[in-house]
Amino acid sequence: MLRDITLGQYYQTDSVIHRLDPRVKLGGTILFILSLFFFQNIFGYLIAALFLAVVIRLSKVPFRYIVRGMKAILLLLMITVVFNLFLTPGRPLLEFFGGRVRITYEGLKLAAFMAIRLSFLIIGSSIMTLTTTPNHLTDGMERMMRPLKLIKVPVHEIAMMMSIALRFIPILLEETDKIMKAQTARGADFENGNLIRRAKAMVPLLVPLFISAIRRANDLAMAMEARCYRGGEGRTKMKPLIYQTRDRLAYLSLAVYLVCSIGLGRL
Amino acid sequence: MSMVLEHVNYVYEADTPLAQKALNDICLEIPDGQFIGIIGHTGSGKSTLVQHLNGLIKAESGHIYFDGEDIDGPGFDRRGLRSKVGLVFQYPEHQLFEIDVFSDVCFGPKNLGLPKEEVETRAREALAQVGIGEELYSMSPFEISGGQKRRAAIAGVLAMKPRVLILDEPTAGLDPRGRDEILNQIRELQRKTGMTVLLVSHSMEDVAEYVDRIIVMNRGSVMLDGTPREVFRHDKELEEVGLAVPQVTYIMHRLREKGLEVDADATTVREAVQEIKKALKEQEG
Repeated sequence: MLRDITLGQYYQTDSVIHRLDPRVKLGGTILFILSLFFFQNIFGYLIAALFLAVVIRLSKVPFRYIVRGMKAILLLLMITVVFNLFLTPGRPLLEFFGGRVRITYEGLKLAAFMAIRLSFLIIGSSIMTLTTTPNHLTDGMERMMRPLKLIKVPVHEIAMMMSIALRFIPILLEETDKIMKAQTARGADFENGNLIRRAKAMVPLLVPLFISAIRRANDLAMAMEARCYRGGEGRTKMKPLIYQTRDRLAYLSLAVYLVCSIGLGRL
Repeated sequence: MSMVLEHVNYVYEADTPLAQKALNDICLEIPDGQFIGIIGHTGSGKSTLVQHLNGLIKAESGHIYFDGEDIDGPGFDRRGLRSKVGLVFQYPEHQLFEIDVFSDVCFGPKNLGLPKEEVETRAREALAQVGIGEELYSMSPFEISGGQKRRAAIAGVLAMKPRVLILDEPTAGLDPRGRDEILNQIRELQRKTGMTVLLVSHSMEDVAEYVDRIIVMNRGSVMLDGTPREVFRHDKELEEVGLAVPQVTYIMHRLREKGLEVDADATTVREAVQEIKKALKEQEG
């Protein structure tokens, strides 16, 4: 039932992109997203599309798999499109209800660009999570946020919390699926009825789910203590992050992309 | 009046690199009133199979008939099926949620839309069947012991009065005593009510004593299907797929090899003891 959510779930394979340093992927994703908001003409979008296509190709993640993960945000995309389409002032293109509702030329253009921009944004960031294990990702984040330690930000603890939270997403999804099935087998009905009935139907799902989450958290805390975990103080890494040649090359290609897209995109 | 499976196939995570064939062309007939053990390794497809039987998972291809009706057919009452085929999941105590044991057991029959008195009678009956006394009725399901939780959860399904009861690893994580208690209660229940019981397990030892028929699953297919005696004759094949036959069977086979004239088909300790006594008497005499 809940297995269809692929948005951001790690895709196991071996590719150049998978092997890149997580810092490159994190920084690259942030820069890519920023770049989407800088260019204003079709060339920028074309270059961004090309860049994405190359990265997807290199990552060996099937395009179909990425698109399937986007189903979850389809609604958001539609709302954005509809709002832009109907609420942008400008030259009218189509009019309904005697001119009270209208689609403008500018609105159409804005809606299209907004849709593309959002899809690129989501594809771009899902490539990062699809090719990076949660552990790697938080490793990279921890390393990148290290300067914040100077102003007493508990960087390691934040990273640890994040990686645990990410680790638990699939477990809790599976658990939800299991409890849902178990209660369905006892005649529970999660699909039919009005809003109030459906909300009530969630109780037999949520109570066991919370209990299991708390139990798991307890177990994990105990297991960490048993192995003498006591925060980031003096803790070393088994696999410290070190930039390789491919990471430098990746930074270089990123720079080239940024110059091209923003340079051409703002002509 | 039975269940029939015809060429049932199921694939997990279809269209992804993680695609896994969980069930491969399963054909089975489950007559009424049988006590069946479904044995297989982790990942052999046994849990997937039983979830098909009450319509929680829809077969990719193939048909499942309940009393001659296709359960995926149009107009088939899927919710009705769930009250007739009761499924107790692994670690069923993880699904308890009500404020007290009694209301939790009432959840199933209440969902069937029965009147209040009927619901309560059924809950009492079910709790009695699993040996939970009235003193526990008003306790929180989170306060009672592990074995009691397990039995309360089983009662939650029994209260729906299913004709077919499926238990997925009902003894996982219990001590030997709790295990025997639960299995004995299930056997009692099966004898008294004549309902069909399917017991899913990875341990031959657990089920050999209790069941009339064993279905061995391996990699999504039915590998062996027969009475315990018939199945345990294939001890070499079973070992190859990592399933052990009961220890008594090993002992009997070894004794035979050493020249004691015993019937090597004995599957339970009691049978084995009698066989050995008989053989020894014959030797002396």
